[in-house]
Order: sequence, then structure tokens, then C-alpha cells
Amino acid sequence: MLRQIEGSRAVAEAVAACRPGVVCAYPITPQTHIVEAIGAMTKSGQLTGCRFVNVESEFAAISVAMGASAVGTRAYTATASQGLLFMLEAVYNAGGLGLPIVMTVANRAIGAPINIWNDHSDAMAARDAGWIQLFAENNQQATDLHIQAFRLAEEVSLPVMVCMDGFVLTHAVERVDVPSQDEVDAFLPPFTPRQVLDPHLPTSIGALVGPEAFEEVRYLAHARHLHALNTIERIGVEYAEVMHRPFCGLVSPYHSGDAELVVVALGSVLGAVKDVVDELRSGGAKVGVVGITAFRPFPLEALHRAVGNASQVVVIDRALSAGLGGILSSDVAMALDRRTSIATVIAGLGGRAITEHSIESVLRDALVGRLEPLRFLDLDHAKVQQELAHLENEGCSLPTPDTGLGATGLTKLVGRVGT
Amino acid sequence: MTERRPARFYQVGSFAAGNRLVSLAERTVQADPSRTNSITSGHRACQGCGEALGARCVLDAAMRATDGNLIVVNATGCLEVFSTPYPESSWRIPWMHSLFANAASVASGVATALEVQGREQIRVIAQAGDGGTVDIGFGALSGMFERDDDVLFVCYDNQAYMNTGVQRSAATPPAARTATTEAIGLHPGNPFGQGKDMPRLAMAHGLGYVATATVADLHDLEDKVIRAMGFRGARYLHVLVPCPLGWATEPSATIEVARRAKECGLFPVFEAERGRVTSVSWIRHLIPVEEYLRLQGRYGHLFDADGRAAQPEVLERLQALADANIAAYGLLGDRP
Amino acid sequence: MLSVPQQLQVRFHGRGGQGVVTGAELLAMASFREGHYAQAFPAFGSERAGAPVTAFCRIAPRPIRTHSPIVEPDVLIIQDVTLLHDLNLFAGLVHRGSVLINTPRSPDELGLQERIEASELRVVTVGATELALAHVGRPVPNAVLLGGFAAMEPVVSLDALLYAIAEKFPPVLAKTNCAAAVEAFRFVTAQSKEHCDAAAD
Repeated sequence: MLRQIEGSRAVAEAVAACRPGVVCAYPITPQTHIVEAIGAMTKSGQLTGCRFVNVESEFAAISVAMGASAVGTRAYTATASQGLLFMLEAVYNAGGLGLPIVMTVANRAIGAPINIWNDHSDAMAARDAGWIQLFAENNQQATDLHIQAFRLAEEVSLPVMVCMDGFVLTHAVERVDVPSQDEVDAFLPPFTPRQVLDPHLPTSIGALVGPEAFEEVRYLAHARHLHALNTIERIGVEYAEVMHRPFCGLVSPYHSGDAELVVVALGSVLGAVKDVVDELRSGGAKVGVVGITAFRPFPLEALHRAVGNASQVVVIDRALSAGLGGILSSDVAMALDRRTSIATVIAGLGGRAITEHSIESVLRDALVGRLEPLRFLDLDHAKVQQELAHLENEGCSLPTPDTGLGATGLTKLVGRVGT
Repeated sequence: MTERRPARFYQVGSFAAGNRLVSLAERTVQADPSRTNSITSGHRACQGCGEALGARCVLDAAMRATDGNLIVVNATGCLEVFSTPYPESSWRIPWMHSLFANAASVASGVATALEVQGREQIRVIAQAGDGGTVDIGFGALSGMFERDDDVLFVCYDNQAYMNTGVQRSAATPPAARTATTEAIGLHPGNPFGQGKDMPRLAMAHGLGYVATATVADLHDLEDKVIRAMGFRGARYLHVLVPCPLGWATEPSATIEVARRAKECGLFPVFEAERGRVTSVSWIRHLIPVEEYLRLQGRYGHLFDADGRAAQPEVLERLQALADANIAAYGLLGDRP
Repeated sequence: MLSVPQQLQVRFHGRGGQGVVTGAELLAMASFREGHYAQAFPAFGSERAGAPVTAFCRIAPRPIRTHSPIVEPDVLIIQDVTLLHDLNLFAGLVHRGSVLINTPRSPDELGLQERIEASELRVVTVGATELALAHVGRPVPNAVLLGGFAAMEPVVSLDALLYAIAEKFPPVLAKTNCAAAVEAFRFVTAQSKEHCDAAAD
């Protein structure tokens, strides 16, 4: 049903319609609205057959989900940023054990410095944990991906992380076609676990694996991920058909077929990029964009095909690997021919706005060969130069960072427009 | 002339696994050939491992009490490592190992899911060593206690991180030597601190059932497990399990060492409900702490080559701890 | 049904506790009711009661893809007149844009003449807090102010707004807020008519 609804709320309703048995929650900005909504639905009786467990930490949240999943009950939790890191040991554990938990990550920057706004550093920190990672471009996709996630997780027996940009998507009220309970029931069968704790057929889960077998076990995990590439596409096709929603596969190309320059990105920034692509194309520029929906497993082949014959790729990277550069762009590079040049634009760290104006400016630079391999979008060069110079000359930092914010700090709220 | 002392007779049979003089109904679970053998032979534990013994007794009793409807969640530690060397497993019951710190949380998840499934007749035990209970596992454990999740948490306390090479935990007693509290310097061994009384911490959460036990008294241990499984909600059982490696004791002396821990008063054996002690297992034959400590190389620095007290003031302080327990719990019963 | 020929970008300003974010959401819901695509979202600072809060609403005839903040708003809705001293409040407002200000004073009394003339702005004022106090008993002007907006901009009807208010608020609050919003609507309609009549002279 078409609703004008907050992203968090749409996701909560989608998850509820998937009939989870155990939902465990520890609050962290900006995921709180999701778990609060599910909690309220459980308490009011709107969501039945589900226990909502208030746990004492994110580490407990994922662990409770693991126990529930191991005994054959569909389990869900949500987190972000610091919370994801706090549970990271268990995230790897769940990945290795292949427990089909679904978890929302409301993408948020990781401290220090502490920052509650949106970027992708949290999801990136967990990219090697063996989870499937899906990124939603808008709230319709976020809603749809959660439903597909349960089906996907249980089919391949891997946990799935559905990433949606914190605040930007979670707190945006927009039009979403929220599937009904009947529609979800038709798409998502009851959970049939591949391995389960059961007194009638005892198994041991979580053995100690030594050097003689570890590599094989890990290879099988990798193989499972590669197999999941096909499963993701297949489930995406089926979902679109059965649910009459837009198809969402591994990647989503937009005008990339004939493009000379292709932008690659994850998440909500894709919306703004598409607007800019339209604008540039109307002026004759051959520009396109490929959004990556499935980040893990990484769709090397699908991305390669979508990029096609483009000579330039510009990656908008919302996470930084200090000392190297982009994180997404490193993975993207592996999908490209050597003849395709690639530039990384680090953008939107810690929730800094990415405006159409800034995107357009960067792409125009790229089109005339003036985009360096690594650029920090909308960086206040004067300020950082000031700090670096001070460090060099005085051997210490400036006494108080001159943030240059207006009297009310309104400037930062409206968003920096490129200087 | 030799001093005359009154003769005392003990019925050894009551400490033994089974006894012809005891009726079938009163024999231990271990005496029953049809016991589950929850953790069966072939595991890689050290000779004389108190934890392996404790786990077998606890889980077989729990399987009896639950009619075989049991799922176990195990923290990282010796027990998990020596029992599941892939591709083998010693466990004959459904068993899961996740991480060091989260056994209580995972068990909470299992219990909650079983409730959702309408299969509450299947019961859940979470088990860990002292490290996974009082240190890294404490947060999760406290959370489970506070939610009153239907889990029995069993701590096999060998008073240090044995799996990783005998490092000190919050459960390590004062003056004990570990790799991180060596028997050197002015105050050899673990410092005297305020301790971390886990059974009392469990009691402070208002749990329906808390108990302590040792591997020396099999009847007592099994009875407590069976009683615990008769309750619903969060429960805690703290079992003292000597470790021949870490305590530097004779592998054959594990049970004797555990018995002396109780008999000298350093390890009170009791039960509690909702924060109040409800029963105490009296000391049968009071001994000075020295007779307990002498058996253990981890206290070797307290005695000189001739076996005399090398640090009498330390012994005195340890004796004072034991005396305090005896007074606080009434461990001598109604005897003077 | 009212139409919105091209995307309309509205930026809300107020202080924490005044329902700025809810105001943006109400507008989005009213727009949805009217048959438009709409998107509402807040800009988060560290929210504490009394701190300045900004929220956004886009209204469009076709799907809205971007989630970037609104940099060049067509309309400003200012819920707290004490924010007017901030020069950045008007940052990005388009030429010939509109400003709706919550105050019983008239636009002339606000000292914005230069700015209004320079950018050829259309400024409308309505004492929404006073109306809220009178009808609802609480000084929360968000829904009321939108009544003024509906009169000012032909993109959402009063009906659509009232529907949104009824959806969002519990029954008693909805009823009283609706009444206040209707009064704000009528006030602004009358003001505009006067303005038009005056201009025609």
C-alpha cells in the first residue's frame, strides 16, 4: 500500500511482516525509530508470535539473535556505527557459523571523533565478516531489501546486513509502497534451518578448527558468497514479479550503456547523482551512473559489464581508509579493465551534505581531465593548510580549531556548498 | 603415651559414585549405566581435569532432570576447546559455542526462541569458566539475570584463565600464583583485594536459585542441578573445579583438593533463593587452610623446603578469610 | 486536486520543541494526500529544546530521487521569529521566493524591508503561536502555520492539510489543531486578498 511514511517505520513494518520470532534491540542513533516501532508493534499485539528482547548492549543483541537463529527461529536486530563495532566479534562469529540473521545497519560514521551522522564507515568495518551486505538507495528499496534479505539469508544460510543511510533515509518521510502481510507471506516461506540445535538430533555448532582444515572451511564460505551472487539476482527478479515492485539486483545502471564517464556509488547519494547525470546529459555529456546494491558479495562481473566501454570511472566513496584513500573504490578497481581510469571522490564523511552542485562540479572536472585520483569533496583547504602549517612550524596543533561556523551554526545545517 | 582420640566413622559410600548400601533411587546419575554421557570419552582434557568431571556430572544430571530435553551453550575456554577438535566432538547433546563473552546472551536467545516456538519443555544451560563468567562474560550475564531469562548458568571455576596458560582472573584467590601474578616480589602471587564474590553477585540480582558446589560431593552437585532445573527463570550454579595444571596439583588428587577447599572454609557450599541463603552444606571435618594449600603448587611459595610456613602472615590472612566464611555462613552447623 | 508544476522546496526553521520536524512531515503527508510526491527530512544538529532546528520538505509532480539537503529553497517557513537575527536564515532562498513567518506582527514591522526588496520576496505573517494557544492551549505552532502555507501556496489544499493533521495527531489534538489551522488559512487568504487589492490600486 502506498504510504507517506518515515523510512524507519516502513522498514519496521516490512520486518514485522516477515514474521520474526525474536527481535532484540539496543538503542543507538539513528536506528532507534526502527526498533521502537517493532517494540510497539509487539507490545500492542499488532506483531504476534514474536518476542522483543531489550538487551544490555549491542554485543548482547547480536548474541541473542544468534541463539535464536541457531535453534530455528527467525531473528532480527538493528544497529549502527559504534554499536556495530561493539558487536563485531560476534558479527564475524555469526558470519562464520552461517546463521541467517537479518540486521539493519543505519549507516553512521565511526568515532573518534564521535559523530552521529551518515557515512559508510560502519558497514565498511564489517565488510570482511562474511555477511551479505546490501545497500538501499531510497526507502522503497530499503523496505524491499529487508524482505528479500530474510529469503536470501535463509536460502544461502548466511547473515544479511541491510544498509540504509542513517538520518538521510531512516528519518526521511517519503512515498513507499509497503507490502501487506499477505504479499510477504506469499513471498517468504517459514524458516527451515540448515543446521539447528535440537535434542532429537544433537549437533555441535562452533568447533575448534585447526590449520589442517581451516582453509577449506573458509574457501567454502567464499564459495557460498559467490553462489549468492546468483541467488541475489534470482530473488530480486522474483520479488519484482511477485510483489510488483521495482527490480533490485546486484547493480543498478542508469544511462551507463553509452557513457564515457561512469559514476559508481552506494546508497542514497545515487539519487542526487542521477539528477546530475540528467542535467549533464541534457548538455550533451555522455555520463552515466552505476549504483551497487550488493556490496558483499562484490559483483565484479556485473559491475564490469555495467561500466562497459567507459574510459573513466568516478567513485563517490563515503568511507575513508586513512593512509590509503577510498574503500569502495579499491573494490571497484578490481572490476575494471586496466585501460579504464578510476578516480576516488571522498564525500559526505560524517554526514556532510553532498549537493548536486558539488557533484556536478566534480564530474565537469573529470570530463575535462581535471580530476585528480583522490579528491576530498568540498574540503576546506584553507583550514587544513592552516593546521598543517601550524603543525610544521610550531610542532603542535592550533589551540582552538577555527571551525568558521556562523553564529548559530546554521551554515553546517544547510550544508556546505563547494568552495 | 599416645594420646587417645575418639574414633570417628565416616560413611565413604556417600561420597562415592554409587553404593550398594544406597537404594537405587538414591544413587547418583553417574551410577546409572543409562546416563546420557553428555560429554563422552575422547576429548582432549588434561588428566585429572576438574572441569571435564564437573561438566559431565552437571549435564548428565540436567539431562536426567529434563528427560533429555536440553540445549547447551558454551563459552570459549578449556571445556569448549578440548571437547570439539574439528572434525570430532565429544558432545552427545545439542551444543553451541559462540564467543567468550556471550554465552549468557546466546543462551537467552535460545530460550526466548524456544518459548516463541512453544517448546518450553526444552531447557537451556549456559556454561563457562570463571573468566567467561566473572570477567569478560559479566556484562552479558548480568543482562541475562536482569531479564530473568530461563537459563541455568553454570560457572566451572578453576580460578584463572587456564586455556590460555594460567593467567589471573577476578576469581583468582589471594596469594595464588598465576602467569600474570607470579610468586615473586614483596607480595608473591595474586594480591589481596576485595575479591569478586560471584555467587553473592548472582544473589544480588534476586535470582530464583543460586548455589555453589564442588566436584568432591557428587550427590550434592547433582541434587543442586536437578533442583535448579525445577525452577524457571535465571539461575546460577558456581562449581569449584580444581585444575591440575594451573593449581599444580596431582591429577589424581582433584577430588581431594576440592573437598579440602570446602572443609577448610575457603569455599562455602550453599544455596540461596531471591537473595537469601536457604541451605548450607556443613563442613564435616574442619581443617586449617594450610592443609588445603599444601596440596597446590600455586601456593608453593607459602612454604619452605622443609614444609614450614614461609609466609606465616599470608597464611594467617587466608585463614582469616576462611574463618570469616565459617562465621558468615555458619559452616560448622550446630557444632562448636 | 491542486497541482505542483515543478519541484517546490520548502525549508523550515524553528527551535527544538516547536515541532519543526513534525511540521515538515505534515506538509509531506498533505502533499501525498493531494497526489504529489513529497519528501520531508530534518537536518540534525545536537537536538536540545530551544536549539535551532531546520527541516526540509520537497514537493514534486514526479518521483524525488535526491536526498540532499535543500540549498535553494523556494519557501521558508519560520516558526520562531527570534531566529530572524541570524543572517544565514535566508541563505539560498531563491529570488522571488516566499517567506512565511510565525508572528502576529505584519511584515513591515520586522525590519526585513531591504532583503524583501532586494530579492523581491513575498513575506506573509500569521500569529500561529497565538492561534495555537487559543485553540489548542499549547504554544506549538507547526500545524497552524501550515494553514497559512496552504493559503499562500497553491500546492496543498486546506482539506489535504486537515487530513494530514488528523492522521498524525491523536483525536483531541487533531481537532483543535485543525480549527487553528483553518483560522490561519482564512487569515492569510484575507491578507493576500488585501495585498492583491492594494496592488491593484
